[in-house]
Amino acid sequence: MPEPISRETVQKVARLARLDLNDAEVERMTQQLAGMLEHFRDVDALDLSNVEPLTQPIPLSNVLRDDVVAPSLDRDEVLGSAPAAQDGRFRVPPIVGFEE
Amino acid sequence: MSPTQGTGRADRAHSAGRTVVDIAAAVANGSLSAVAVLEENLAAIAARESEVHAFNLVTADRARERATQIDADVQAGKKVGRLAGVTIALKDNMCTRGVETTCSSKILAGWKPPYDATVVRRLADEGAVFVGKTNLDEFAMGSSTENSAFGPTRNPLDTSRVPGGSSGGSAAAVAAGFATASLGSDTGGSIRQPAALCGLVGVKPTYGMVSRQGLVAFGSSLDQIGPFTTTVADAALMMEVIAGHDPLDSTSLPQPAPMLTGELSKGVQGMRIGRITDMPEGSSPDVLAQLEAAFDALRAAGATVVDVQMPSMLYGLTAYYLVAPAEASSNLARFDGVRYGLRVDAKDLNSMYGATRAAGFGDEVKRRIMLGTYALSAGYYDAYYGKALKVRRLIADDFAQAYTKCDAILTPTSPTVAFKFGDKTSNPLAMYLCDVFTIPTNLAGHAAMSVPFGTGEAGLPVGVQILAPALGEAPMFRVAAELERAQ
Repeated sequence: MPEPISRETVQKVARLARLDLNDAEVERMTQQLAGMLEHFRDVDALDLSNVEPLTQPIPLSNVLRDDVVAPSLDRDEVLGSAPAAQDGRFRVPPIVGFEE
Repeated sequence: MSPTQGTGRADRAHSAGRTVVDIAAAVANGSLSAVAVLEENLAAIAARESEVHAFNLVTADRARERATQIDADVQAGKKVGRLAGVTIALKDNMCTRGVETTCSSKILAGWKPPYDATVVRRLADEGAVFVGKTNLDEFAMGSSTENSAFGPTRNPLDTSRVPGGSSGGSAAAVAAGFATASLGSDTGGSIRQPAALCGLVGVKPTYGMVSRQGLVAFGSSLDQIGPFTTTVADAALMMEVIAGHDPLDSTSLPQPAPMLTGELSKGVQGMRIGRITDMPEGSSPDVLAQLEAAFDALRAAGATVVDVQMPSMLYGLTAYYLVAPAEASSNLARFDGVRYGLRVDAKDLNSMYGATRAAGFGDEVKRRIMLGTYALSAGYYDAYYGKALKVRRLIADDFAQAYTKCDAILTPTSPTVAFKFGDKTSNPLAMYLCDVFTIPTNLAGHAAMSVPFGTGEAGLPVGVQILAPALGEAPMFRVAAELERAQ
């Protein structure tokens, strides 16, 4: 098992998750995640060395459809519920050029 | 009769006094008006919704329009569907075209989906009347509906107690007579546990039996949609309408809906019912007493009770609380301020993502996103997520072994009857333990349902859970119908 979770790890995971956490949240999250991960140590009692992981309950693979044109969602209706749209597209803030 | 004046708890649980089966038959033959059914529900809502808070949105105008149309169709001699005039409430994580769908999260507030979920279309095609969108734990993460961004739902049977969760609003809406039936979603028990706590029938179908298209995803390998009803026959009819292959869901099983209404009168003669001898401890005595009574009732009806073992059951909870957050952290990445709902403006795209998600998600959702992201991140994957998937295999193996000896298994649905507000909010692990009996089914992808069976502490309903193998809905409903007859 890895080491107990640290504040720094929590901050790194928050960046990965694109989730701004304030200091109090980082503190609380560090404690709560540590508790939950500690609980997970229960499974150390099990011998899992020869167990095949189960990734999906009912095996179905490569479900494909015929490549034919069919009606899709109405673009104006989709964009109408977005926070910002322009020229038939989602509008977002600048992606590059704002690094400090 | 007034649908809201029930004095005792049993009265209130069936306060509208009408079932899906009765309404559909009577509306179709013209002896009952769909508008009259709806108005009873709306009167109940007017009387008690401010206290119960089952709904995020009541769609009264749309419902009246729809009910009026159904009555007109009946008058004109047109063919109406199998659910003509049946009032239904939808959990607010199912997409409804042009009608706000929030998942009880601030991050989706105001979002109007551009399409209907497959289950919504199927119900509409059969003449259902939608009353509104029901409250839930934010993104279906919780067991009490206390995690909603829009405030908790109260249990109509005792408003000092929770209705269970995460589909607490859907359960409360039916228990309070606000709708005849409702749909919920079940990732780890979110239909069965609130059904138990509100005295209803609740079904978690086999994974892939009911389309998830248009259900906002939480744990994609675990989620299933299912009905809440007051009777087993109603649940069977609802299942026949919503189940069956959907080409829009790539995990949908390639087969038609099971025929269940014909199973209900078959009885349990000769069936083998499993009793788990190594069941996790912690259930209260009142719940265990009803479970014993349920075994007795099935024995009296000709079933045999056999001992089975589930040595990995308790570890299911541990595995689930890694697998579900891992899948959730990936699914909830789409809520980023670009396509739906809330955006918090910022100077660049990454800052906008972080600020929007910080403002839009509640504590429990943030906690699970963090746990899931951590469990999936480089260096930790094998130690946590990889191990959890192996435990998931052990659960499936336990079930496979057990089902060589029996056709269905009985357990409590919830370790206790409905608990009081705040009892478990300060301790996430205590809240998670609510789902110890329901989670293994989701991990294995099997069928399960909760049926009300007697009462426990404070006269509150107890739910007995029937577990069945994948595609075991037919025998499961036979057992459910027998337990209902024994009441």
